[in-house]
Amino acid sequence: RRQDVLTVTPWLAPIVWEGTFNSEILDSAYRPLNLTIGVTAFAIGKYTRFVGHFLESAEKHFMKGYRVNYYIFTDNPETIPDVQLQPGRRFVIVPIKKYPSWQEISMRRMEAINKHIAETSHREVDYLFCLDIDMVFYNAWGPETLGDMVAAIHPGYFNVPRSQFPYERRSSSAAYIPDGEGDFYYGGAVFGGLVKKVYEFTKTCHMTILMDKANGIMAAWQEESHLNRHFLSHKPSKVLSPEYLWDDRKPKPPEIHLIRFSTVDKNYKEVRD
Amino acid sequence: RRDVLVLTPWLAPIVWEGTFNRDILNAQYMQKNLVTGVVTFAVKKYWFFIEGFMSSANKYFLAGHQVNFYLFTDNPEQISHLQMAPENHLFVIAVQNHSQWQDISMSRMDIISRYIRSQFQYEVDYLYSIDIDVQLFEHIGVEIIDTLVGTISSWQYTARRESKSYETRTESQAAIPKGEGDFYYTASFYGGSVAEVYKLTRACFKGVMEDRENDIEARWHDESHLNKYLLYHKPTRLLSPEYYWDEEL
Repeated sequence: RRQDVLTVTPWLAPIVWEGTFNSEILDSAYRPLNLTIGVTAFAIGKYTRFVGHFLESAEKHFMKGYRVNYYIFTDNPETIPDVQLQPGRRFVIVPIKKYPSWQEISMRRMEAINKHIAETSHREVDYLFCLDIDMVFYNAWGPETLGDMVAAIHPGYFNVPRSQFPYERRSSSAAYIPDGEGDFYYGGAVFGGLVKKVYEFTKTCHMTILMDKANGIMAAWQEESHLNRHFLSHKPSKVLSPEYLWDDRKPKPPEIHLIRFSTVDKNYKEVRD
Repeated sequence: RRDVLVLTPWLAPIVWEGTFNRDILNAQYMQKNLVTGVVTFAVKKYWFFIEGFMSSANKYFLAGHQVNFYLFTDNPEQISHLQMAPENHLFVIAVQNHSQWQDISMSRMDIISRYIRSQFQYEVDYLYSIDIDVQLFEHIGVEIIDTLVGTISSWQYTARRESKSYETRTESQAAIPKGEGDFYYTASFYGGSVAEVYKLTRACFKGVMEDRENDIEARWHDESHLNKYLLYHKPTRLLSPEYYWDEEL
């Protein structure tokens, strides 16, 4: 039991922290359902270098004991390393085109995920997580994360007042959130849920991204701004604490007992080129 | 709320005053155009409670949302005219009475499951079974709406696991092995989606019938069976004892 942090949102969605759940009980409820969990991750251009470490760590920590399909979206299939997977786990390369700027690449993810769900993954998985590739799993990520629509709290903003959340503040953007509104600042590197819900979510985000494009504006944090706008009006049914989306460059505060998934230290300028 | 447990070990929220914002929940609920049903029984002398229950529930239960009240009674004539809110409907359904109150109590499970199958599944999305000998004093709103919902019994709230009133005789279908059990739930207020309530009432009644054939009756009748069911089919949401308080406490 955790009394030092908020564990339920005002709309009664659980906020998942170490100490709030019992893995055995959850496993005994979820394992018999024979679920397949999908993971999407984008490895475009130089980002393919992160695939090996991402997959190796996922094999150790992500949904152990469940069927998992990794969908690696890439413009460069030959550079994807061959990683040994546990039984019941598959790895699929999804070729996609590379856009000229890193911002465009980032924002087109919503469209690509949505298209892929419609064509393929809706038939193959029950739940789908959309994760950034330049990250590594350090500790267990299990069925405590499963829910209809799941978002994660951004590690940089879980302890700051709402006025400091970097929402898009220009009213001309479709991702606009006015002062005084907002529940949390969610990170764009982690979201997921039932495949049907992720389909609807990615479709809406992509639509709002296109609306902004037509109006000649790009949101402050690209698709993360749109994600935050969407989750304000359509609240997630489960929220993951920053244990599930950490930034290794930050010092670990007392509230974070366990780091499960975290960024890989990198030279942003170099890798985004 | 830091003084109470607000989340079960399987991450189901436990609803206490102070844990939720009803405006946010109402906004979400409105988007979905849902109908909720309430099943209640007034058999034999319990007709006395009808007016108190219906007038308070009409005012305080899911106020502003569409509610169908299904009132099962052996005495339909005793029901004086009840003024219902515009969103609410009252359906009076006649039933036979039984000799012992325990039988009435346990046949409720059977009646509910049969009516879900023949009628309620077409009329409501969520269904709650509530004892008639209660009055609502405060609003009970959409914070109760979820797939499978149990209410923590106020009598048992602080009891240690060993002293909870589970059925322990292994001959009964309601038996819970020693050392097991999450919470003690009251049979006076439970519910969920119409599909889940159907499964629950079917399973409980099956347990009741098997016990009857083996000439045994569970310690707390249908409530024992309910507790067994909810141990192995964890509720997705729990209501704190605020939602069903016994004045005698």
